Amino acid sequence: MGRKLLLEHVNVPGIETLEVYKKMGGYTAAEKAIKTMQPDDITEEVKKSGLRGRGGAGFPAGMKWSFIDKKSEKPRYLVCNADESEPGTFKDRYLMEKIPHALVEGMLVSSYALGAKTAYIYIRGEYFYVLRILEKAIAEAYAAGLLGKNIFGTDYSLDLHVQIGGGAYICGEETALLESLEGKRGNPRMKPPFPAISGLYASPTVVNNVETIAAVPHIINISGDEYAKIGVGRSTGTKLISASGHINKPGTYEIELGLTVEEFIYSDEYCGGIKDGRKIKAMIAGGSSVPILPAHLITKTANGEDRLMTYESLSDGGFVSGTMLGSGGLVIMDETACIVRHTWTLARFYHHESCGQCSPCREGTGWMEKVLHRIEHGHGTMKDIDLLVDIAKKIEGNTICPLGDASAWPIASAIRHFREEFEYHILNPEKVKDPKHFAHEPFVGSNVQNA
Amino acid sequence: MAKVTIDGVEMEVPDGTTILNAARSVGGDIVPPAMCYYSKLEGSGGKCRTCLVKVSQGSTNDPRPMPKLVPSCRTTVMDGMVVENITSPEVLEARKGVVEFLLINHPLDCPVCDQAGECDLQNLGYKHGAAATRYEEERRTYKKIDIGDKIKLHMDRCILCYRCTYVADQIADGDRCHGIINRGDHAEISTYIEKAIDSDFSGNMIDVCPVGALTDKTARFGSRVWFTKPMDAHRDCENPKCSGKVVVWEKGEDILRVTGRKDAYHEVEEFICNTCRFEKKKVSDWVIEGPRHINNKSVISANHYEHLKDIKEDIVKYQKQIATNINKA
Ligand SMILES: Cc1cc2nc3c(=O)[nH]c(=O)nc-3n(C[C@H](O)[C@H](O)[C@H](O)COP(=O)(O)O)c2cc1C
Ligand code: SF4
Ligand code: SF4
Ligand code: FES
Repeated sequence: MGRKLLLEHVNVPGIETLEVYKKMGGYTAAEKAIKTMQPDDITEEVKKSGLRGRGGAGFPAGMKWSFIDKKSEKPRYLVCNADESEPGTFKDRYLMEKIPHALVEGMLVSSYALGAKTAYIYIRGEYFYVLRILEKAIAEAYAAGLLGKNIFGTDYSLDLHVQIGGGAYICGEETALLESLEGKRGNPRMKPPFPAISGLYASPTVVNNVETIAAVPHIINISGDEYAKIGVGRSTGTKLISASGHINKPGTYEIELGLTVEEFIYSDEYCGGIKDGRKIKAMIAGGSSVPILPAHLITKTANGEDRLMTYESLSDGGFVSGTMLGSGGLVIMDETACIVRHTWTLARFYHHESCGQCSPCREGTGWMEKVLHRIEHGHGTMKDIDLLVDIAKKIEGNTICPLGDASAWPIASAIRHFREEFEYHILNPEKVKDPKHFAHEPFVGSNVQNA
Repeated sequence: MAKVTIDGVEMEVPDGTTILNAARSVGGDIVPPAMCYYSKLEGSGGKCRTCLVKVSQGSTNDPRPMPKLVPSCRTTVMDGMVVENITSPEVLEARKGVVEFLLINHPLDCPVCDQAGECDLQNLGYKHGAAATRYEEERRTYKKIDIGDKIKLHMDRCILCYRCTYVADQIADGDRCHGIINRGDHAEISTYIEKAIDSDFSGNMIDVCPVGALTDKTARFGSRVWFTKPMDAHRDCENPKCSGKVVVWEKGEDILRVTGRKDAYHEVEEFICNTCRFEKKKVSDWVIEGPRHINNKSVISANHYEHLKDIKEDIVKYQKQIATNINKA
């Protein structure tokens, strides 16, 4: 059994209430931090813990906090990114729904560390029922004096608000989120300036993911050094993984970073292996934006080493033979899945979610979707495959925000690893007219055979 | 001051200058094309990505190259920065991509478009685009709408540069009623439920629009631009915020159109009021100063006015540049 921090008490009845949460040791970290520690000491502990952002990019949290402009006269803000809209990712929802006080306490400790007197949780529109759960938890915390004026009898005061989004994936990009929070259209901002200098209302701001913030009280409880002992190398601590697809036990799991991918997929403690004993075809490791991996690169890296659930091991081999841990949205596809259909579905998503500010993403996402639609429905030509590669290349790196890259990577990687399957669609237009073509007659390309 | 090198040409510019403006201070081919940036509109730029350049050396203090191409209109120079524009194959390739993206949904209805001949997209496509399209799909279409009785919005042609929304916000006073609705490639410029824009300066949207998406209804289909004669003119405008300095586009004895005076980068020198633009169409309304020097490289400058002088200046400039480069080598 791996060590559990975030989800240790998830099955305790009533853990969503303040009473039970406190009984299980809740708010001791907040009390310790606010009563006995200086704000900078907390940032120091977070730095020592090696905690990296859990929202996708994996940027060290303590370092991000230390960039906040301390000289500015303006108020500072902490904003929690609970927009969680990446297909395949649903861990934040699970945490907030089950243990809302974990996030509230995390916001309290982190706001204190940053010197923020106002903090926001920006939650996606579709999580309306979770909004209600959070609001209830926040009301409980206010009533108990854990939010509001003079917390724990000190002169530290904090107001925490929840703001619901309109349901746009792009509002998960931190600067689009800030625009939306300010009541504007959710277009990403040009960077620099970074939020740490000029964020919400042009004031110094830190934006962190739900899971990142919820990890902070645990770091205060067990110390940064102790937290850093969990995991491997620069991938420290525990991580929530949203597992879905053709596995026996889909769900949200907390793992110690460093677990092998093999154990995660096949052991009964986690995903419990592939459904109906079928062969695995592909894996998306970290949410829909990261490159897809073919069967032979899932449990082993290109050098034949065990692939681990760490930032480094998953990205081993770069984009040629690796991927990214991203947000931890792991999707498994077996031999009945159609990679072309899957890629088209993702392309449709990015096309729909592009904000439309910059031309490569605005025009390119729609174009790629249309070409993929054509191939999937048996109307493609061989030159469409290279066209897709070229469009993806012209978007990647040339846009304002990473949504452009996120739209290009899944397509480029699918063609890199599954070109045969795209060609099959072009050569067998009659067979692919049936939307479930591979469910009846699995396509076994060389990638599956190599596994 | 900061010393920057763009395509081998050295220049010194004040700190805080953008790469694009540094290049413009010298002029010529080292200036990246800009479809969304407009120096007189705050917050503009960064969107179209035609001005992407490569920074092969960040600064003297930190000589590392920047990892990605950067929008020159929104990236400020550093002392010792080295920038590649047309000397970088990577930049040209990316730019070709951007032009293609801008064109895939564009109707290419130049033969019936009022902007033809002074269209930045035409010029851009001519210079940086490919000869044929790889886009086989249907192009998106919208219905044409009137924004008030003087301005026509032809959304099919819009490249979503956002310039007109900044005009509505910053130049045309009044409520913020003009903006962008919807997302992605289905985004569109709109007023709230086709509401008229009621402001003395709304007509400037037409001038800032790089394409034929916003056109002057009082001059629509009047004539191809290259059959009209641009003349600098002015009048004593009763509006204290308007300079009354314009260009009138004459055909025979008639003034077909009134616009702001545009510089070499197609930006107006000063914004003008709607009375000057839409109401004053008689020669007697204006003091005519003389022919307008059209510096912008386009169909008009190719056929008319002072073109030869332009070329001569260019040649002299290039000779100087080549000489500097040879001396350095
Ligand atoms: C298109 C797009 C969508 C994103 N969506 C989310 C999201 O839903 N949740 C999230 O935490 N981060 C999301 N991110 C990443 C955020 O921009 C930001 O990096 C993150 O919130 C920082 O928090 P962290 O450092 O704690 O990971 C998204 C980024 C992009 C480009
Ligand atoms: S990359 Fe896409 S989503 Fe991001 S700013 Fe550009 S158009 Fe908007
Ligand atoms: S209408 Fe013209 S100015 Fe406005 S966004 Fe479109 S192209 Fe730009
Ligand atoms: S002019 Fe720089 S991005 Fe448009």
